[in-house]
Amino acid sequence: MSVLDKLLPEFFVKIDRDLCIKCGQCVNNCGFSALLQDKDKNVKPIHEKCVACQRCMFVCPTKAIQIMKFPGTQKHNDYWNPEYINNIKKQANTGGILLTAAGTDKPYPIIFDRLFLDACQVTNPSIDPLREPMEIISYLGEKPSDIAIEFKDNNYILKNKLKPNIKLSSPIIFAAMSYGAISLNAHKSLVRAARECGILMNTGEGGLHKDLYEYADNIIVQVASGRFGVDSDYLKRAAAIEIKVGQGAKPGIGGHLPGYKVDDEVSSTRMIPKGTDALSPAPHHDIYSIEDLAQLIASLKEATDYSKPIGVKIAAVHNVAAIASGVARADADYIVIDGFRGGTGAAPTMIRDHIGIPIELAIAAVDDRLRKEKIRNKVSIVAAGGIRHAADMAKILTLGADFVTIGTASLIAMGCTLCQKCYTGNCSWGIATQRPDLVDRLDPEEVSKKLVNLVRGWSLELKEIMGALGINAIESLIGNRERLRALELSKETLDVLGVKPAGR
Amino acid sequence: MININALNMDSRELNMQIKESIANGHKEINIINALGQRFIGNGIQNKDLKITINGTVGNDLGMFMDGVDIELFGNAQDGVGNTLNSGTICVHGRAGDVVGYAARGGKIFIEKDVGYRVGIHMKEFKTNVPTVVVGGSAGSFLGEYMAGGILVILNLDSPKIMKADAIGTGMHGGKIYIRGEVNTNNIGKEVVILDIDDDDYKILKNILSEYGKKFNFNSVDLLKDKFIKLKAISHRPYGNLYAY
Repeated sequence: MSVLDKLLPEFFVKIDRDLCIKCGQCVNNCGFSALLQDKDKNVKPIHEKCVACQRCMFVCPTKAIQIMKFPGTQKHNDYWNPEYINNIKKQANTGGILLTAAGTDKPYPIIFDRLFLDACQVTNPSIDPLREPMEIISYLGEKPSDIAIEFKDNNYILKNKLKPNIKLSSPIIFAAMSYGAISLNAHKSLVRAARECGILMNTGEGGLHKDLYEYADNIIVQVASGRFGVDSDYLKRAAAIEIKVGQGAKPGIGGHLPGYKVDDEVSSTRMIPKGTDALSPAPHHDIYSIEDLAQLIASLKEATDYSKPIGVKIAAVHNVAAIASGVARADADYIVIDGFRGGTGAAPTMIRDHIGIPIELAIAAVDDRLRKEKIRNKVSIVAAGGIRHAADMAKILTLGADFVTIGTASLIAMGCTLCQKCYTGNCSWGIATQRPDLVDRLDPEEVSKKLVNLVRGWSLELKEIMGALGINAIESLIGNRERLRALELSKETLDVLGVKPAGR
Repeated sequence: MININALNMDSRELNMQIKESIANGHKEINIINALGQRFIGNGIQNKDLKITINGTVGNDLGMFMDGVDIELFGNAQDGVGNTLNSGTICVHGRAGDVVGYAARGGKIFIEKDVGYRVGIHMKEFKTNVPTVVVGGSAGSFLGEYMAGGILVILNLDSPKIMKADAIGTGMHGGKIYIRGEVNTNNIGKEVVILDIDDDDYKILKNILSEYGKKFNFNSVDLLKDKFIKLKAISHRPYGNLYAY
């Protein structure tokens, strides 16, 4: 190996020899084999292999391990930062496409942090959600454009024939993450939590493992370009079906699940041979137009006797409003719009960091467009990609979304520390891996409780925010942009958002 | 057996009648005057059902289907056997684009030519191996992204050197058999052209004898002609694409 082939380590693992009791837990817990013990049980780090997933730091009983950025990497440079330099060296070595995972970590402007919610003072009262009813039950699916009611025999009878809708106790959906990208225990945790909370989890595009069949009422199944695991059983064992066209982290490209993550169980769930790359082509080969999309939606409705909502997931791209209008007219019952901060188990770095637009702008544009075209009722709008806390959720609902999906936030509740190495299959937390030794450490019983707590916390906070706004039903929050103000955003951005500057 | 006259019937009405007939216990359904209706047999799970269709059907014949035996006397449009799970679809005529897209089981027999992107992303798992046999020729992107299954192109009444382009691009499993030849310019860089061996001969003999029975001719005799096989070079064609 020439010196030109070498990369400096990204991280430096420091073991405090005074504190270390040589118990070896750090060594056993490291999924990346970055820690070894010599014959005297001294812990020896291999800095090059460390990804800063922090598992060792969490398990160390004496806190004898510190992981830090590798000191003295290079002379400070604000333009050519160490990541870009390292990437160039990696590509000079391999000639390959840079790969990464999770949502973009680049310092792009964050619109959420420039938006502020309103509150009631004096002129109309705020509401105390702890003592007064506060409705956040949400319905996923097409709503009627008008209501016809007949009064007969002292009874009010709804004359409309309603389209299928799913009732969720909170406007939160666990984002699509496929079995294959994440472990079966991670999937089990999500689906148990979804049932417990009365919400939905999305299986992603990797099929549905048989252990999840009994949770059909809390599952959205995806039909993506690879059609993995899609058969009539799969379509029946779901509350809703989602056609995945795009993903915020990698708009316009397909997924490549590497063959080394395709073990026996993943292969039987995806219905492909073991060890084969699971390749999702960039487009669906039966969708080349809005008319073709309409046809696939109709086909799925036919196959399931018009009994469940059919959604379409697209990435937030430049013409998202026009595309969403087409999707609504193609008879989708809901649209998921995934912003450029959306996560992934694997994506080319250049795509993740440079394609797509922020979710705040996309949702505002789509809501506005569908209202102007008088078809907003035809679809629920689901906002995805980078929702960090309940205030982000409240803000995006106020900009026009009916639901949010949480992917990264749910993973963090499960242990994820955002090391962004999901594609290696070595996740020390047992989430983005198929290695039995690692998967076993994630206990669905324990982890589903964390997820339930997270959803409960966010739901309570959403109610608090609504109470402050003097709003007691979520429908009155959705698209209520008069209750948002912006700080230091350009006129053009304010125009797209439909939001006034703070102080006006 | 029950007869359904599809004249002036829209897709949804026809499919509703098919499902009602099944619910009423019918094992054989005979549809006449089909004219462009889509989604026939879509998502139906039934191992003992036979649907015979006379006329021309619309897109997605037998999509998501599981176990049904469909025989069409007439031409089909795009998406025959799209995401097929199991069962048989036999078309006495031509079919359009994306026949057998993402099929993971079942058999599709087409008498004449087919369109573009046929057999795209077919897959297989253990004993579930989809088979598509085309009597005529096929358009470009044949077997693109194929992950499993068997695709046979017989080129009856067609030039013996296939004109289609980008055959087997991105292929990482399964086999494509072609009666005749292809130019190396017309295949994807992920596949190689091989001569058929004894195992291939046996596979083809079985498939062709079944195909011949459907269309009433001795198709096994075709094996006297030159066949070639296209096979993926790797089951991980993009394994070296990335810089880790």
